[in-house]
Amino acid sequence: MKPPAFDYLRAETVGDVLEGLAQEGGNARVLAGGQSLMAMLNMRLAKPKLLIDIMRLEELRKIEQKGDAVVIGAGVRQADLLAWPDLAEALPLVALALPWVGHMQTRSRGTICGSLAHADPSAEMPLTLVALGGEVFLRSAKRRRRVLAKDFFAGMMLTARGDDELIEGISLPVVKGTRFAFREVARRHGDFAIVACAAMKTSAGVRLAVGGVADVPTMRDWPRLEGSALDDALNAFAYELGARDDVHATARYRRDLVRMIGRDLICEVLQ
Amino acid sequence: MTRLKADHRHSVRVTLNGKLVQAEAEPRTLLSDFLRHQIGATGTHVGCEHGVCGACTIVVDGTLTRSCLTLAAQVDGCEIRTVEGLAPSADRLGVLQQAFRRNHALQCGFCTAGILMSLDHYLSRNRSPTEAEIRDLLSGHLCRCTGYTPIIQAALEAAAQLASSKKETSDA
Repeated sequence: MKPPAFDYLRAETVGDVLEGLAQEGGNARVLAGGQSLMAMLNMRLAKPKLLIDIMRLEELRKIEQKGDAVVIGAGVRQADLLAWPDLAEALPLVALALPWVGHMQTRSRGTICGSLAHADPSAEMPLTLVALGGEVFLRSAKRRRRVLAKDFFAGMMLTARGDDELIEGISLPVVKGTRFAFREVARRHGDFAIVACAAMKTSAGVRLAVGGVADVPTMRDWPRLEGSALDDALNAFAYELGARDDVHATARYRRDLVRMIGRDLICEVLQ
Repeated sequence: MTRLKADHRHSVRVTLNGKLVQAEAEPRTLLSDFLRHQIGATGTHVGCEHGVCGACTIVVDGTLTRSCLTLAAQVDGCEIRTVEGLAPSADRLGVLQQAFRRNHALQCGFCTAGILMSLDHYLSRNRSPTEAEIRDLLSGHLCRCTGYTPIIQAALEAAAQLASSKKETSDA
């Protein structure tokens, strides 16, 4: 349970980070809050040659409201966002989901973007990014690009980020005048979700996003559905997610949770 | 930009419970191991080493931190508080520690150092916590002896005592 040997680079500019990533490629990993990566290193599930610590870069530690979006830098810790005074008004879904991320003792160090880079299928922040239709800002020494949430998550713990790219930040849209709901089921509060769901009322009807079941957080937009039509849509969605049995829960239990929580949340946002 | 080589030891300086200390660490050295093996501060315990059990929880620059998920190299120049810093002197216990003792809030004591640090940090910022808040905080720690009930009791008792002692001081 000790990490393998690696070089440690304390970056002082974003240029340092990009240079390190360009030189080492797949052998370098960006270290932010360390709440996922350090556990992976301790278990030797990751064996990078170089760790690039980005937490002394003040420029990445900003939360900024820019027009209809909130831009969150790579160095923003989960506790920083939770303490941001405008959170409940600008990003109500994040305000609902963030207290479910880990524990107070890990939110104090873990970053929002780190959780997205780790891309655990059960994690709340990837689910929230997908539900809100946010964007991820990627930057390498050669170029900058923006990737939509739905294109960012490529599989279980896999993302569209290239080996030479830094997740510089994300942008989450500010959606006014709608209703959001979030709920998850885990063995204990703070554990990884067996099923996590986020719902929002949309102009056309309703959106439901589900984490913890498929390899990536997945969402559906529906018109305003009621009664058996809603049950049918939820049932089809629950099967499409391709739930599997694991040590925490059976596939059937996961489908049950998707149907039950999905219905509750949709009724909650549409009432 | 500082690049520390994997196969070398590098100097790390921290302020540990108010005292400047310096020792050497490889880039891969965990902060928990640095404190215990290099500094000799064995009050911080090491349990799961992947951030789940909470035994190694300490405070780095005013932030609750799993020392097993932190590298010694990351905290160079930081201020660190560990369980050794809780007692006001060698022969006296702090308010929270006394409450733990009165309520039998520990048995084997393995998880206690981390729980004390979480509670000390939380109570210094929240003078009148509810039982639900204490339970939420303790969800980040595993204790296999006590069943948690005496820990919650001790935390609430310490909070009440800290609140009343503060009131007396401000009245005086």
